[in-house]
Amino acid sequence: MFDAIKNSLFEAEHICLAPIQHENDAIIEARWTQDASYLRLLDREPARPSSPEQVKKHYDAIEKSVEDDGNLFYATIRLRPDDRLIGFARIFWIQWTMGRASVELGIGDPEQRGKGYGREALGLLVRYAFAELNLNHLSAGIPEYNPAAVHLFQRAGFVERACQRLALYRDGRRWDLLIYGLLRDEWREDNGRHLSR
Amino acid sequence: MDDIFRGELVRLGGDDPQTVAEAFSRWNRDSEYARLLDDEPPKLYSVKNFKEWLEKKFGQDDEFHFFFTIRALEDDRLIGFIGLFGIQWNHGSAWVGIGLGEREYWGKGYGTDAMRVMLRYAFSELNLYRVNLDVFGYNLRAIRSYEKAGFKIEGREPKSVLRDGQRYDMILMGILRDEWENSAMREAHATDRNTT
Repeated sequence: MFDAIKNSLFEAEHICLAPIQHENDAIIEARWTQDASYLRLLDREPARPSSPEQVKKHYDAIEKSVEDDGNLFYATIRLRPDDRLIGFARIFWIQWTMGRASVELGIGDPEQRGKGYGREALGLLVRYAFAELNLNHLSAGIPEYNPAAVHLFQRAGFVERACQRLALYRDGRRWDLLIYGLLRDEWREDNGRHLSR
Repeated sequence: MDDIFRGELVRLGGDDPQTVAEAFSRWNRDSEYARLLDDEPPKLYSVKNFKEWLEKKFGQDDEFHFFFTIRALEDDRLIGFIGLFGIQWNHGSAWVGIGLGEREYWGKGYGTDAMRVMLRYAFSELNLYRVNLDVFGYNLRAIRSYEKAGFKIEGREPKSVLRDGQRYDMILMGILRDEWENSAMREAHATDRNTT
């Protein structure tokens, strides 16, 4: 019997990766987008508050891309056991022949940050990328002004590979965009395994 | 004002999707070209397929990409393409991609000249702040050319490129407007001295 198959890909101790629930999640995520600091920690796009209707369209676009483009994995992050939505995680720009992809996650609910949920989610995401998708290399772009994210990715084994000097312009000054990376050979499988039940 | 589309060896032009698609389909039969250019496996796309792809990709949202053909000045032959992609206006940054499909123009400065023209366009017409690129570790000719055009290596992703059973590095490069202005100014001074 293939024992590793009993390790859930989608469940860690406190959180799980789970599908979008369009109606309910859109209302919660629209609320998160009213918080500019969350969006700016996360993304290079201009921060923009969204309505639940806009978030639902965003979900539709995500699911269409998963289906049509075949180079995206997207999951919501939910607290166990009540399935409360706290964030999202994705593996994107998957280049299958070379096994390259980028990863990203966000804990949108400010009250749920700093509790180790991001670490659990990243552990699951990386294990899914290497153990199920059989990818070879993962990248993550992290703004210099987000040291919590740097710490999170470093703890998961990621190493700084490149520094896109002054690539971001926010609040009247320029910041570096740090590119972190992790090769499958560098990944220690127990990083993720001890989190699963 | 100078003709900002013209360099010393090449000019940047605009061409119909049909013309570009015919060139792309022919160039991509050269697998070495295709594997220096892109991480996608070469797929021998038809002219019709490339044309539809070009129309879909560059037919809309044209404030986020600037795609030009490269033509040799001596005979106006279409020899390659260059483009700025993924422009983030809020940060003033863009990615650049270049390919010279006609092999006899490799290693003679045509690509470097096209890149210099493109950077001048990026910094002095679009007023961008930064241009990024990534390049396979095995593409030494391209890396040298980008360095000549003023790019600096900003890091590498070791063993993340797989080809022919070998692992190579992905090299990340970038140039800032200040760096470009300094090098462009040096060149202008050199030209002044030569002409006086």
